[in-house]
Amino acid sequence: MKGLNFSAIDTRPLWLVPVLALVALPAVGSLDTWLTLTVAGLAMGMIIFIMASGLTLVFGLMDVLNFGHGVFIALGAFVATSVLGGMGDWTHSRELWRNLLAVLAAMGVAMAVASAVGLAFERFIVRPVYGQHLKQILITMGGMIIGEELIKVIWGPLQIALPLPEAMRGSLIWGEASIEKYRLMAVVVGLCVFVLQAWTLSQTKVGLLIRAGVQDREMVEALGYKIRRLFVGVFVVGSGLAGLGGVMWGLYQQNVTPQMGAQVNVLIFIVIIMGGLGSTGGALIGALLVGLMANYTGFLMPKLALFSNIALMAAVLLWRPQGVYPVANR
Amino acid sequence: MRTHLLNRVLSNDLPRSRWLALLLLAILLGLAFAPFIFPGVKALSVAAKILVFIVLVASFDLLLGYTGIVSFAHTMFFGIGAYGIAIASVHTGATWGSLGLGFVLSLLLTLLLSLAIGLFSLRVRAIFFAMITLAVAAAFQTLASQLSEWTGGEDGLSFKLPALLSPSTEFSQEPLWGVALDGRLLCYYLLFTAALLQFLMLLRVVNSPFGRVLQAIRENEFRAEAIGYRVVVYRTLSSVLSALFACVAGAMLAIWLRYNGPDTSLSFEIMMDVLLIVVIGGMGTVYGAAVGAVLFLVAQSYLQDLLRLASDASQAWPAVSALLSPDRWLLWLGLLFVLSVYYFPTGVVGRLRSWAALRNATAQKAANVP
Amino acid sequence: MTSPQDMLLSLQGVHTHIGAYHILHGVDLQVPRGELTLLLGRNGAGKTTTLRTIMGLWPASQGRIAFNGLDITAKSTPDIAALNIAYVPENMGIFADLTVQENMLLAARNARHAGQMDAKRLDWIYSLFPAVQKFWNHPAGKLSGGQKQMLAVARAMVEPRDLLIVDEPSKGLAPAIVQNMIDAFRKLKASGVTILLVEQNIHFAQQLGDSVAVMDNGIVVYSGSMKQLSSDPDLQKSLLGLSL
Repeated sequence: MKGLNFSAIDTRPLWLVPVLALVALPAVGSLDTWLTLTVAGLAMGMIIFIMASGLTLVFGLMDVLNFGHGVFIALGAFVATSVLGGMGDWTHSRELWRNLLAVLAAMGVAMAVASAVGLAFERFIVRPVYGQHLKQILITMGGMIIGEELIKVIWGPLQIALPLPEAMRGSLIWGEASIEKYRLMAVVVGLCVFVLQAWTLSQTKVGLLIRAGVQDREMVEALGYKIRRLFVGVFVVGSGLAGLGGVMWGLYQQNVTPQMGAQVNVLIFIVIIMGGLGSTGGALIGALLVGLMANYTGFLMPKLALFSNIALMAAVLLWRPQGVYPVANR
Repeated sequence: MRTHLLNRVLSNDLPRSRWLALLLLAILLGLAFAPFIFPGVKALSVAAKILVFIVLVASFDLLLGYTGIVSFAHTMFFGIGAYGIAIASVHTGATWGSLGLGFVLSLLLTLLLSLAIGLFSLRVRAIFFAMITLAVAAAFQTLASQLSEWTGGEDGLSFKLPALLSPSTEFSQEPLWGVALDGRLLCYYLLFTAALLQFLMLLRVVNSPFGRVLQAIRENEFRAEAIGYRVVVYRTLSSVLSALFACVAGAMLAIWLRYNGPDTSLSFEIMMDVLLIVVIGGMGTVYGAAVGAVLFLVAQSYLQDLLRLASDASQAWPAVSALLSPDRWLLWLGLLFVLSVYYFPTGVVGRLRSWAALRNATAQKAANVP
Repeated sequence: MTSPQDMLLSLQGVHTHIGAYHILHGVDLQVPRGELTLLLGRNGAGKTTTLRTIMGLWPASQGRIAFNGLDITAKSTPDIAALNIAYVPENMGIFADLTVQENMLLAARNARHAGQMDAKRLDWIYSLFPAVQKFWNHPAGKLSGGQKQMLAVARAMVEPRDLLIVDEPSKGLAPAIVQNMIDAFRKLKASGVTILLVEQNIHFAQQLGDSVAVMDNGIVVYSGSMKQLSSDPDLQKSLLGLSL
């Protein structure tokens, strides 16, 4: 993501999202259904963005491709089931603030656990294979398998329900359209995460280091900064964000399975490829597009949902082969 | 004279290690006489699966080990081959003609798809390509489970084989050395012959001038292009060949199981298994596929029993017992996989060959000392 | 004669391998404190490799590198840079997507944000390199080649450093701009910084050099004072194939 120098930002890709939404309107037919689907799509997109943003920065910064990113997502979701399960009286309460606190607690614990596991993952699985893409792909996949199985050991191999707390259920009615409360919340949370990331990247020295490191790692080191430490930090934060995304995804689906990480992995890859490896802004756009597409096609032609996202990716790549916001240098 | 023949059959790609040669011979004989040496339905199933996987993994090695392309779409072609047979049998009857047609059509589809994917791989970077093939394979699996009228959906298709291969067809009332001479046996030997032929074909391909160019491209694409080899052509050809062999492997699987479903041939687990086998066996060796497949599948089938024993024995410590549960087979697989990528990068075959080379080098040195 | 304690940077018997290639075959180099040392030699002699080895970007396979008496041979690049050494690589190392200000801020290790950079020092830099001030808020990638070079050197000066290692700052620059660069370096020298400079440009060498080391085939084949080399045309011819 380039500095928030608005005149310098390439705004053409930003139009993709409203264009897709508008194109879908006639296809869907009813304005109310369209509204419901669009909000659902944006919510899903925001959640996917939260999960994907860490991965794209990790790749952009250190050229490390973590095919096992999904394990942090699943971990976060399962931790949430334990936390929320243990806070039954808070989640069953009708008072929104109690619900929110419970969910916040779940998010906090999930992020902490995912970050801790991320630290170990970086140290033992990723670090030994810096610079060797093939081995990275193989090993991180192996890491994901191990992680998935360990989740099955701890929580069992079956899916677990993750119901929304009482006051967060239901929808707001606006005319004929019904918009789920939780989905609105997800959009808000997602926006907060994005704004926080954008602010960090553009206004802080750490963010500056990350943006510089994405372009020329060696020069940043030659300027005296231990970029290795920075990388571990970004990896850990990325894993934590994936955990957060897992909690939200689990609540969105209202259940969690050990395979959910692997399932979402594919969508995340599509998102970061479309967005441009290394770009958070690109990841946001990609995620919103994927979320919208999944919901529109889920309504119009459910059988082709996943294919439609691939077609979308192919179309974007034809326009910009390196993704929407390509990051220089590689 | 004999070595000359052996060289021709193995396309001059000899094991180059006594232990490896012995191992391969054991595998060959074991598979050739499996119905007689290993009685029982399970053993034969494992043997048949080994045959299928040898072809599947060897074809993947052509792509990964020799051309240096990481593609997760391999299982897609495996599935196409399997579904080709299954759909043909279910929808147009269990005759040789019908199966033949299904087989040819699946090869055709494989050809077209792999051509498209192969050409696409040249337009994008390797990382992109790997991720995209992952997405495509996932999408294909979803598609297979959703086009239920054709593919039987999640449940898959159970079907019959032509009478000749059916278990109920008996060629002789008397069993030979304790084994019934029925259609099942014939089916097994059909698979065996097919696997052996394809294995030797693959050896021929990788040791031909074509194979050498592939390796040159893998090492340094830019230089290969500069010397005058059209990288586009070679990589695409390699993708297509690799996919076609995978397709045949799929057909073999379907014929043996008389069943196919999305999880049988298209699942991500199978892709991981293939990766694991090729890494453990040894990338870029073709023999690695054979050795790896045997090691892996034998372990998979029998290690679960071992795990069950261990799990029962450690009931007193529920955490340990849960870790050792036979259902958690994949956990130990994953650990083994990660460890072999670190410590066994050249695989079993590579390790055996380098030991042998080391022995030869020291022997030579010793011989040269005055 | 400079005594050993006056050597800010010293290399002894340094070998460097890059993959299978043996590039440096035992480099001995002394960089006296407070002087501008020129590293000369034809293309491929190993000058850039020497600089990169000093900075730890390529590890020395043998030998010893000492900075201020401290052994830095095995240190990592960030640690070496943190010893107050600034490095300007051949390709300038400019972050094209970041603004000029952000490039400068990155180089200012002690500044958390732009306001913490030394204003007086910045003014001094602006006076040497007006383009840096002019394009302060523009992406550095939009600068011309010469302006980028100036930014690269300006970055190295944004905070006081003990040693400046610069690789061909005048490469590809128009002659008028080269003189600008020479003036800037002269002022830098006057501020007391020790400089190790790789340069092919003769004017640079003549106007700025105090000590000279000539490299060929991965070793230093001559080292001495600039005066000595300037006054000996035969020596110049044999070492460099040209006269200063």
